[in-house]
Amino acid sequence: MYGNDFAPPEDGPGGGLLGEVEAAEAALREAAARARGGAPAPDEDVEAYFADVIDADQKIEPRDWMPEAYRKTLIRQIAQHAHSEIIGMQPEGNWISRAPSLKRKAILLAKVQDEAGHGLYLYAAAETLGISRDELVELLLDGRQKYSSIFNYPTLTWADVGAIGWLVDGAAIVNQVPLCRCSYGPYARAMIRVCKEESFHQRQGYEILHTLAHGTAAQKAMAQDAVDRWWYPSLAMFGPPDGDSTHSAQSMAWKIKRFSNDELRQRFVDMCVGQADVLGLTIPDPGLRWNDERQAYDYTQPDYAELMRVIKGDGPCNRERMAHRQRAHADGAWVREAAAAYAAKRVQRKEAVAL
Amino acid sequence: MNRFDFALALGDDALIAAQRLGEWTSRAPEMEEDVALANIALDQLGAARLLLTYAGELEGAGRDEDALAYLRDDREFRNCLLVELPNGDFGVTMAKLFFLAAWQLPLYTALAGCADDRLAAVGGKARKESAYHLDHAALWVKRLGDGTDESHRRMQDAVDQVWPYVHELFVADPAAPVDPATLWPAFDATVAAVLDEATLTRPATGWTPGGGRQGLHTEHLSYLLAEMQVLHRAHPGALW
Repeated sequence: MYGNDFAPPEDGPGGGLLGEVEAAEAALREAAARARGGAPAPDEDVEAYFADVIDADQKIEPRDWMPEAYRKTLIRQIAQHAHSEIIGMQPEGNWISRAPSLKRKAILLAKVQDEAGHGLYLYAAAETLGISRDELVELLLDGRQKYSSIFNYPTLTWADVGAIGWLVDGAAIVNQVPLCRCSYGPYARAMIRVCKEESFHQRQGYEILHTLAHGTAAQKAMAQDAVDRWWYPSLAMFGPPDGDSTHSAQSMAWKIKRFSNDELRQRFVDMCVGQADVLGLTIPDPGLRWNDERQAYDYTQPDYAELMRVIKGDGPCNRERMAHRQRAHADGAWVREAAAAYAAKRVQRKEAVAL
Repeated sequence: MNRFDFALALGDDALIAAQRLGEWTSRAPEMEEDVALANIALDQLGAARLLLTYAGELEGAGRDEDALAYLRDDREFRNCLLVELPNGDFGVTMAKLFFLAAWQLPLYTALAGCADDRLAAVGGKARKESAYHLDHAALWVKRLGDGTDESHRRMQDAVDQVWPYVHELFVADPAAPVDPATLWPAFDATVAAVLDEATLTRPATGWTPGGGRQGLHTEHLSYLLAEMQVLHRAHPGALW
């Protein structure tokens, strides 16, 4: 009974979010089977061809013509996602050394390792759009590209590891499941894999909180404190309200994005209420109540001014997270140079032997 | 060493190695290396859990893996000094991992054929993992040794720095399930071949620190344990 496995019925068809991932995977296979017959004919209008592909819910592939703005939007979005996975290793990695049991230590290590893996294949997906991973890493290190603001909050107690799994990974899944149907093939395929692993992550976070909430009084207080601190930042993960979202309309038209920020946020709230109940923890929102007319929960919006401050760099950990990444990159430079030099020597020696 | 002491010593080696490798998370020189180091840490942690659980059973005093990992002080730990040394730069970490894996591979291989079924099962599982650790570390020793001038200098420094600590691993103990002294030839052959290909010089043997198996550690272990155990000890009797 963890995570989304017991999602309430309003979570939609297909047995919850993981069911939707599987449905998206099946749709992807069907789209491939419908086979558009490869690239457009030489005399075909490439823009019309692109529009047809989007309309028909087929996938755009790296070989296809695409509008420059579509390419740029995808690069930005996939790179930000990849950066988030890499920066996201820090707040949780913060507790690997102090995990309170060997089992929890093993699970957390595996989870943080998964995040590095997600970063890697998201960078690979971005590379299909004609930009290199090295360039993207530079953009992150220079601060010209962003990562999810949620990782600029500190993990102060062990329960924060649970809250990140339950709320942050939970919000990430709600956000990402629709991306499994994104019009760009490599991104959609990467997201299917990421979502499957994220659902395990959410489950482990939920399980940590469940154990704490049913443990000693100090453990339960630790769990409640973590939920109190992570709830609103998690709601803010869906981005600004629809009226203020700058990229949404075009992304929806291109079928990169399928639901608006507010739709996804509502879906997340509705999913969490029942889960919090089972946990025996309180969502820190006095305004939270079921609205029969809307068939959804009314809830208090997060502080979007705070979100903007954190995005602009003034969150509690922005400077630390960036400094950590820059230091790791700088400290590793001599190792990467050595690996390149060694590889070059091996090629030279092989060529010398071949002569 | 009897079977309890032996399982405890090997379990502690693996646990402390995992703890040090875990410190690299999000700090590795390449993203691929972040994945690899976490993977190796997980393997070591997995072996540690099997060995400590078994040690607890052999002892028969009701201590499980967590009681042994979290509720002993540094003087009660039986790991070798090699694994508790600080990570240093990536070269030092690779030197530590290379020597550890070059020892653990023949150790676990021999253990897989020993008379104790539980230890044999651990050996059978862990030797495959050790083979990968050895391959990974040896490749980096070669890349760094035969890479740039700077990496060569750093890797040679690392080997020089870590080498004295390998001798503790081979102190003879005919009563142990596997006598560590019998592992030297395999270790020696691996080290000679890899250092040679890496254009590195094997240090002369002089100072040979030891004492880990008797609970006499470096100053570093107590700090490592303070961090590892802090949360568990702050909530006596709690379940996690």
